[in-house]
Amino acid sequence: MADAHATNHDYHIVDPSPWPFVGSLSAFITAVGAIMWMKALVIGGLKPGPVIFALGFLGILYTMLSWWSDVIKEAQLRGNHTRVVQMHHRYGMIMFIASEVMFFVAWFWAFFDSSIYAGEAKSFLRFSFTGGHWPPNGVEVLDPWHFPLINTLLLLTSSTTVTWAHHALLHNDRDGVKQALWLTVLLAVCFTGVQAYEYTHAAFGFAGNIYGATFFMATGFHGFHVIVGTIFLAICLLRTYQGDFTPKQHLGFEFAAWYWHFVDVVWMFLYVSIYLWGSHWGAAALPH
Amino acid sequence: MANAAADHAHGHDSHADHPTGWRRWVMSTNHKDIGTMYLIFAIVAGLVGGFLSIMMRLELQEPGLQYFSNPQTYNVFVTGHGLIMVFFVVMPAVIGGYGNWFVPLMIGAPDMAFPRMNNISFWLLPAALSLLLISLFVEGAPGSNGFGGGWTVYPPLSVAGHPGPALDFGILSLHLAGASSILGAINFITTILNMRAPGMTMHKMPLFAWALLVTAFLLLLSLPVLAGAITMLLTDRNFGTSFFDPTNGGDPILYQHLFWFFGHPEVYIMILPGFGIVSHIISTFSKKPIFGYLGMAYAMVAIGAVGFIVWAHHMYTAGLSLNTQRYFVFATMVIAVPTGVKIFSWIATMWGGSIRFSAAMHWAVGFIFLFTVGGVTGVVLSNAGLDRNLHNTYYVVAHFHYVLSLGAVFSIFAAWYYWFPKMFGRIIPEWIGKLHFWVAFVGANVLFFPMHFTGLAGMPRHYVDYPEAFAGWNKISSFGSYIFAFSLLIFFFGIYKAFSSSARAANSPWGEGATTLEWTLTSPPPYHQFETLPHISGGDH
Repeated sequence: MADAHATNHDYHIVDPSPWPFVGSLSAFITAVGAIMWMKALVIGGLKPGPVIFALGFLGILYTMLSWWSDVIKEAQLRGNHTRVVQMHHRYGMIMFIASEVMFFVAWFWAFFDSSIYAGEAKSFLRFSFTGGHWPPNGVEVLDPWHFPLINTLLLLTSSTTVTWAHHALLHNDRDGVKQALWLTVLLAVCFTGVQAYEYTHAAFGFAGNIYGATFFMATGFHGFHVIVGTIFLAICLLRTYQGDFTPKQHLGFEFAAWYWHFVDVVWMFLYVSIYLWGSHWGAAALPH
Repeated sequence: MANAAADHAHGHDSHADHPTGWRRWVMSTNHKDIGTMYLIFAIVAGLVGGFLSIMMRLELQEPGLQYFSNPQTYNVFVTGHGLIMVFFVVMPAVIGGYGNWFVPLMIGAPDMAFPRMNNISFWLLPAALSLLLISLFVEGAPGSNGFGGGWTVYPPLSVAGHPGPALDFGILSLHLAGASSILGAINFITTILNMRAPGMTMHKMPLFAWALLVTAFLLLLSLPVLAGAITMLLTDRNFGTSFFDPTNGGDPILYQHLFWFFGHPEVYIMILPGFGIVSHIISTFSKKPIFGYLGMAYAMVAIGAVGFIVWAHHMYTAGLSLNTQRYFVFATMVIAVPTGVKIFSWIATMWGGSIRFSAAMHWAVGFIFLFTVGGVTGVVLSNAGLDRNLHNTYYVVAHFHYVLSLGAVFSIFAAWYYWFPKMFGRIIPEWIGKLHFWVAFVGANVLFFPMHFTGLAGMPRHYVDYPEAFAGWNKISSFGSYIFAFSLLIFFFGIYKAFSSSARAANSPWGEGATTLEWTLTSPPPYHQFETLPHISGGDH
């Protein structure tokens, strides 16, 4: 293509790609499967929901794998990522994280709507459920100074180790990158493990009460982002072993680090709001 | 792509550098092809949404039940009409269609910043629309199909009232459409901030690009909140959470806040690109630069920013405290100021200009008039005291159709007649565009103006039937909708004439008034334009 016309700019005119279409089709199949699964719809005596969902989800994973493999090839082998294209990617990642922040705004909004106004007499049904305070009647919350504090320290430490990895990369110390990324991934897995332990031992359920709904959905979506970030970092580790990344060009790593800091900051807000302020330690002291 | 070139070795030169056949479209990474797919998608979805509305008007032509043996089905049509027109007609047309086509051309860029991501933004939409259409045919409320709770999908009707899977299809449809728009927003922001031609500062950038920049920020920051809200609906419906169930400590008003925190920016998302389009058309056909360029640009920024802090004016009757209502009344009325700046600047642009009433100019001037009508009824509705009476009446229906159906949709047609020669290199005869305008203008006003009267008289929305007292104006409204539907035949006739005629468009068919970069290219533009970037000289505005 470049033969036919002289291209006198540094932008990346991307080749045609099947992945957007395959990804959209997979998303459609996943959605249909999810609904059939949730509603236990019966077709021909079978409940095919989980199978359809799994097929669609595999399609999405396959799309992500192929698409991002293409991106890495374009960067590593074909040199498509000029300075201005790298700048595009930075802008794109910042915008993506901004939209993620707004997604968490929705869950924090639900939490603060429920906790700050638990004592509003006008909402009499809610008042009679909560008893006019937060946490609601009969909810035994997690001790914020116990596992949640450990998790906070785990994530904060992992934020420093990922910064260590970045500095090592800038100084072309590849062994340092590997050590620091191994540590980061390990800390991340520990966080998820601790979180899973706490979920299974929580004294309140997911369904049937607003405390469980706001707690599990907010921290659960955070946990999902931790897992995604862990995979992102693990792939950077893999790529480091493959010899990818240079001290000058390592956007994939930088974005994993940005994403990881974002996940960290969300956790700090969750910890301060839901675990600390939202326990008996904080919100119950609100004047009503 | 080497293969594609080899397949066409017989040497049609313009095909040598891009794939052909289905690959060109399904695997596209070309902003113009993707823009064309968006426009076709919007037209197809528009026919579906239009069909639903014609069925509504047929039903409401007379009191009593005519066509809908199940009244719930009527509400399903209302809901489908709203969701389709918002997410699958107006947004794909103005953002995905014209935005994709003309933002890169106007800022002197060879393509969008993320051409491959651009394509998934498009292809997620047919997936989302399919889910929404499936939703119409599966059980919602017990014993009937589809979701009938309106496009706002308020609980408790959307949680307890529709146990069937219909709304779950609707919710996941919105998730996919939202993902599509967020990715598109990221693409537009990056393109506009990063790919302007050398010398094109922000203050020299065409107003349509400014409009898309503000629109993209609104999408980026508001849609994730909707995603959160409808995810809460989904878990309330299927997994026993109680976000919106007060008996378990939840709050149905929380949903309204989350929805309208998205929903209000959403209405500006639909109209801001229209502001940009109309600015260019008015300037082109008045042969004058736009009056108050910087004021026009920053008025859009102001409308976008203030648009985020006025959401609860949709909720005056939901039991907000009086102080909250006072704040939202004031903040909402403030929006009339930057909007007024725009209206008066358009008029000032025409003032003393050498005006040519082309088809596109008809639509643009029609837009200004109709949008102003919808704008002033908006100021009326922003008053919480008046809104206590008018909430959920046809007055509100009249208001938002004047800004959307007669505002946003008129801007879509204005852009169609303005940019059609550039996009397709063909010519729609001017008389067809003008005839289309006059029939649509008469039809839309006959359709929507009487709704002010029935609304002021207290006729509520979302009902299949009404008392005899409202029969007269409803009959007139229905006739208006048939006139408007007829105008679409003229629209399609124009496309037919353009493609069946041998006439070809000039590169700059509108003459010296058209000063933006797209008119420096051939009609249609080459597959990859600006292989050597244009240099923009001259000072800032």
